[in-house]
Amino acid sequence: MRGRNYTVLIEIPVLLALMGLFYLFLKVMMVWQAPPQAAFRIDLSVRHLPFYALLSVTRILLAYVLSLVFSVSYGYLAAHNRTAEKIMIPILDVLQSIPVLSFLPGVMIAVTSLFPNHQFGVELASIVLIFTGQVWNIAFGFYLSLKTIPNTLLETAKALNLTRWQRFVYLEFPFAVPSLVWNSMLGVAGGWFFLMACEMFVLGNRDFRLLGIGSYLQTAASRGDLPAIFYGIATMVIVIVLMDLLLWKPLVAYADKFKFEETSGAESHESFVLQLLIRSKILGVIKEGFARLTNAIADALPERKPVKREPVLNPRIVSKLFYVVFAVVLAAFGYYIVENLYRVGASGLVMLLKYDGFSFSRVIVSIGIACAWAVPVGVAIGMRPKLTKILQPVIQVAASVPATALFPVILMVIIQYGGGLETGAIFLMLFGTQWYILFNVIAGANAIPRTYREVAKSYNLSGIYQWRYFILPSIFPYLLSGLITAWGGAWNATIVAEYTRFGGKILSIPGLGSLITKATNEGNLTLLISATAVMAITVMLFNKFVWKRLYMMAEEKFKLG
Amino acid sequence: MDERLVKMGEVILEARGIEKFYEGPGGKKIQVIAPIDLQIREGDFVAVLGQSGSGKSTLLRMLNGLIEPSKGEVLYYGKPLRESSPRFGVLFQNFALFPWLTVFENVMLGLKGKDVPPLEAEKRALRAIDMVGLDGFETALPKELSGGMKQRAAFARALVVDPEVLFMDEPFSTLDLPTAEALRRDLLEIWLNRKSLPKAIFMVTHNIEEAIILANRMIIVSKNPARIVVDWRIDLPYPRNRNLKRFQELVDRVYTVLSRPENLFVPEEEIQLEKGTKYLRVPHVRPGSIIGLLDILSERNGRDDIFHIAEDFNLEIDDFYPILEATRLLGFVETREGDVILTDKGKEFAEADILRQKDIFREHLISTNTIIKNVYNMLKNKKNKRLKGEFLLDILERYFPPEEAERQFNTIIEWGRYAELYEYDRENDEIVLSET
Repeated sequence: MRGRNYTVLIEIPVLLALMGLFYLFLKVMMVWQAPPQAAFRIDLSVRHLPFYALLSVTRILLAYVLSLVFSVSYGYLAAHNRTAEKIMIPILDVLQSIPVLSFLPGVMIAVTSLFPNHQFGVELASIVLIFTGQVWNIAFGFYLSLKTIPNTLLETAKALNLTRWQRFVYLEFPFAVPSLVWNSMLGVAGGWFFLMACEMFVLGNRDFRLLGIGSYLQTAASRGDLPAIFYGIATMVIVIVLMDLLLWKPLVAYADKFKFEETSGAESHESFVLQLLIRSKILGVIKEGFARLTNAIADALPERKPVKREPVLNPRIVSKLFYVVFAVVLAAFGYYIVENLYRVGASGLVMLLKYDGFSFSRVIVSIGIACAWAVPVGVAIGMRPKLTKILQPVIQVAASVPATALFPVILMVIIQYGGGLETGAIFLMLFGTQWYILFNVIAGANAIPRTYREVAKSYNLSGIYQWRYFILPSIFPYLLSGLITAWGGAWNATIVAEYTRFGGKILSIPGLGSLITKATNEGNLTLLISATAVMAITVMLFNKFVWKRLYMMAEEKFKLG
Repeated sequence: MDERLVKMGEVILEARGIEKFYEGPGGKKIQVIAPIDLQIREGDFVAVLGQSGSGKSTLLRMLNGLIEPSKGEVLYYGKPLRESSPRFGVLFQNFALFPWLTVFENVMLGLKGKDVPPLEAEKRALRAIDMVGLDGFETALPKELSGGMKQRAAFARALVVDPEVLFMDEPFSTLDLPTAEALRRDLLEIWLNRKSLPKAIFMVTHNIEEAIILANRMIIVSKNPARIVVDWRIDLPYPRNRNLKRFQELVDRVYTVLSRPENLFVPEEEIQLEKGTKYLRVPHVRPGSIIGLLDILSERNGRDDIFHIAEDFNLEIDDFYPILEATRLLGFVETREGDVILTDKGKEFAEADILRQKDIFREHLISTNTIIKNVYNMLKNKKNKRLKGEFLLDILERYFPPEEAERQFNTIIEWGRYAELYEYDRENDEIVLSET
């Protein structure tokens, strides 16, 4: 590719971008180097917005890098060690169902004690929080990819005597790239969703505020400053669209190369930026140097050939020992949770369950509303390929605006018309979940074979019959995976939906989410842990007894072809 | 005659009592491959034939160390395979190219696992690509190549390591006829003109003619469990012409061996659902195929050569066998000296109309000692005339590896449905007796 259509002009934007990146790096470093400040004063004037946006993007990207490193290591270990797998995957399940704020006290205590003298400590805490909002599905996706590598490719790697490192570089990682890119987009979107909660929070008697677009929006909302809210949202949309153009589009186009199809012909993605990057000679030199470096490292690694050694300890004993240790840790952890639940007391437990019921109803109502409009609209769009092509980018932009940023505006309108936070919370949860359902339904309707539609037409099936006998069954598996993501997302959203500062007041409605937020603010660990435990158990029980069964049914009955 | 055949070459690989078995539920041993002794010498081009599912591929993978035998060991120049670093090339049916790497990078990958200096590696990779006739396609990605070219790239990757032994698992079976023919010719050219390497080739195939065109040694394995029933030298001169009389004679000889299931197939594993009686397993065949076979036979006065019928069915011989087995099991045909002969019952069946055919099929099924009879009896004796599918599957898994048990289950359902003995309700996983 390089060399074709090459002009030096190509290097100009590349050079400018590199210089810009360096400048921005210096600016960020200046903030981080400073001694810690409990709370920045957030200036609501517009001219600060670009700088705030830069700081937020830096946080999100660093959290993303952290997520990548974690996901790859975690997924690799889980996929390659059977004993570890049996423990690591359920843990991932549990962590996935815990809302961001519940991690807050632990993260703050750990990180600020590591870096007591720099603002970097607080920054890192925020980054780790954003990380907890985006990492789990990336890790899970990477693990699943490794588990689905075709056997012949694995056998080939073995027959070619590849070392573990080589197998990772040439087979495992490339194979996982498409899933990694897709899950990264979802993950980072999740990061944006919780950005406001991660940049400005109260923990016990301490008030933490970081400079950033999330804290800007929160401040603007709590002061009821409408123009500032508008500017904040506009900046956020611009940043998200830019990131899509400069990061995700090129990545998606690049990931096409790693799709596991041996024949061409499937639709391909194009990215102008990717072309630019590929053709630049400056970047070519940097890339080559980097490749040499990694190759040198790979060659210097001691493991050339996997030598089989008799293990010192019987592997069975080792794995049993592992289980015992794990059981002890689990028991200790379980005891800790039970103890906290005990301290909450019987009346507290009743309240927890009641609040659980409230939040559960909100989740169900919001998902119900989402289905009510997204399913028919999704089918209508998905069954018309031309319409899909036109509307898909529009929907993507709409979906990428984090609902939390819009929340103050929505709330204001609702209150104006006599509604309360109860309606607002459902709206926020709806905005956080409907896109998953819409996207999946469109994909499902797109995949309905033409012949089905032709059969329906030639037998003159009425609308109801069509929905009952071929549309719903066809989109069911897609709808289901949308629902599962929406379900988790809606529960997580309760923490920002049920408790919010607005116009100088605190608004809250009874529910597990508001309980968790309040407990964090008050530094009430007992309440925080109990409420989190109840939420996690609810989410997981439902996963196991409803979604998993439906999923198996979908696999068996409704799989096309 | 190939001179290398006359003097026996040095032993490269030796299998000593290698076998493969699984442990089914209840601790019962399921033998897939019976203990096998085998020597592969320098100059051997071995072709392995056998029914699908007979374990040919497993045998190949045990020999090149991709999977460990359950028992026994493989020696490489007298040393256990595990302790040596053998130079093997491997070729798979579906090419197994890495789709994100170019042809050149894929071939280079063959040398990554060896200690070859980068410059020499590049030279060798280019030479290998040249050798298989892919020069000019070095920078192409696999998805830009046709099937034949993909397999050539895989060839280059296997040859670039200068393998002592080249292992091929049905390398031509997914290619169209002319492409496969061209590739076979090129492979033969590389093999016959080689100066030193590869010293031996071990190929699994289900195509008899392909085996005879290429190989100088032929092994036929039986099924359930796999055993070596034939180990022949093929001493026809290269290039081998299909139309020569000796070639055709050899094809017929192989067919004759393959067409005597009583020689080839060691008695099938018997299945015991309840205490006492034992039942035969059911071959994986659609009832429609049995009817098709009987139709063809009755059109030909009740007797024909197996070879011809398989050709008319457009089936490879190992795909045709289960049909023959099933029809024989029901007593509709007999086999004698490579011929299939319609029995009286078979004649009656072939001449009946569709409804009557079902009746005859049902009568024979109930009187034949297969597991279907067993399922039918159990259903009749149960009060609610129902049986959980899971229960049957559990029993089958005691005798077969999981996928085979699943296939066996589906065949039992399909035959019973056709004969209108019972129905299967997938939703509730229940086998229900038909009302008659």
